[in-house]
Amino acid sequence: MLAILDYKAGNQTSVRRAFDHLGIECRITAEPEVLLAAQGVIFPGVGAAGQAMRQLAATGMDAVLRRLVRENRPLLGVCLGCQILVEASEENDTKTLGVFPGVCKRLPSELEDEDGQPIRIPHMGWNSLDFRQDCPLFAGIKDHSEFYFVHSYYVHTDPGLVLAVARHGLEFCAAYGRDGLWAVQFHPEKSGRVGLQLLRNFADYCALRSGHA
Amino acid sequence: MLKKRIIPCLDVRDGRLTKGVKFKGNVDIGDPVETARRYYEEGADEIVFYDITASHEKRGIFLDVVERVAAEIFIPFSVGGGIASVADMRAVLLAGAEKVSVNSAAVKNKGLISQGADAFGSQAIVVGMDVKRTTATPEIPSGYEIVIHGGRTAMGLDAIDWAKECERLGAGELCVNSIDADGTKQGYELTLTRMISEAVRIPVIASGGAGNPLHVLEAVVKGKASAALVASITHYGEYSIRELKEYAHAHGAPMRLEW
Repeated sequence: MLAILDYKAGNQTSVRRAFDHLGIECRITAEPEVLLAAQGVIFPGVGAAGQAMRQLAATGMDAVLRRLVRENRPLLGVCLGCQILVEASEENDTKTLGVFPGVCKRLPSELEDEDGQPIRIPHMGWNSLDFRQDCPLFAGIKDHSEFYFVHSYYVHTDPGLVLAVARHGLEFCAAYGRDGLWAVQFHPEKSGRVGLQLLRNFADYCALRSGHA
Repeated sequence: MLKKRIIPCLDVRDGRLTKGVKFKGNVDIGDPVETARRYYEEGADEIVFYDITASHEKRGIFLDVVERVAAEIFIPFSVGGGIASVADMRAVLLAGAEKVSVNSAAVKNKGLISQGADAFGSQAIVVGMDVKRTTATPEIPSGYEIVIHGGRTAMGLDAIDWAKECERLGAGELCVNSIDADGTKQGYELTLTRMISEAVRIPVIASGGAGNPLHVLEAVVKGKASAALVASITHYGEYSIRELKEYAHAHGAPMRLEW
């Protein structure tokens, strides 16, 4: 079973619906023992970093997340969940979880897109990924496939951790991580067939790791 | 790179798909969930549902449609029509929509935009603007005025000023609907679309007037829109989403062609 970490993130139900559609058992939960017993955990998120960190602290979920990482359990951060796994965010000048090195920065509004037009923020819509490393998450997904993004901040982390990049005025990290501890800036639960494939890949990886494949 | 989006707009009345508001008689043209699934499979980048149910008591039927859509399609969709409070927004977002679109209620009470952005994030708040061409005056320097009630009531508010105000209040996106072009199939109101696209830095959706693939291309190139709303040209099989995308792509607009 997979677990979605419940801290009232806006997209947590969308993530569960996607797994339901795939026929993969999945629960939204804030119970530490359920999260720690799950084959893998999805850490969703929509909204602002400051509010999310307060919510995580108030519910004790920050400690659970750190323990999941310490015990090397499979974890997938999505969107804001991806952004607050690094050390700090410019959004609300927030100290974040620090599971990975790096910071989350605001997309600079003075940039231009490929057509010479000023970029729009939020970066909203379908954008293509350029894979930088092989990753079990990308199994069966072609390089340059498009995923749905909605965000105004992006993660700047150790280049060695970057799994895929996308371009919006600048090239930014769209997916990063290592060894089953992964984070994606886009919304796989809203990215059609390729997004569902990525979620299935995560579930398959988790099942394999726990010996239930 | 970021692709331009094509967004079919579905009008829903009493839980059924219907022809647009301006058509009298409201012909039932199908099941919104079935149609949404068809659009999802045909490569729509997003879908908009507009609730034109007259009575508030029937709101539950519409929310049920939203929930059924959320269980079956895995692309973003937004919901508009009858959103007048933060509680209304919460109801459709909880039912599974990514975004809510506020229109007349925001013109009458602009605090609704900032309240919505504070509660759910800017990315969830689309402001729909109905705009009508008029004579330029000191109050309406652009010659484009905000209207409500389907164009019957002019608000004495310049469309460009209103667009900037919506951005300042925390809207994450604007949907610019030309009352003059709507239903004509003669093309989007490109001057208006471009003026607003240039006045704000949030994404702009062009709406009203699509009649053929060239119009869609014009909206995203000349109009500088991030997305184009379509309705009748795709609802009745005149063009497929793929045809619209391939035409735009062949003429230099970045489009998502695989799904």
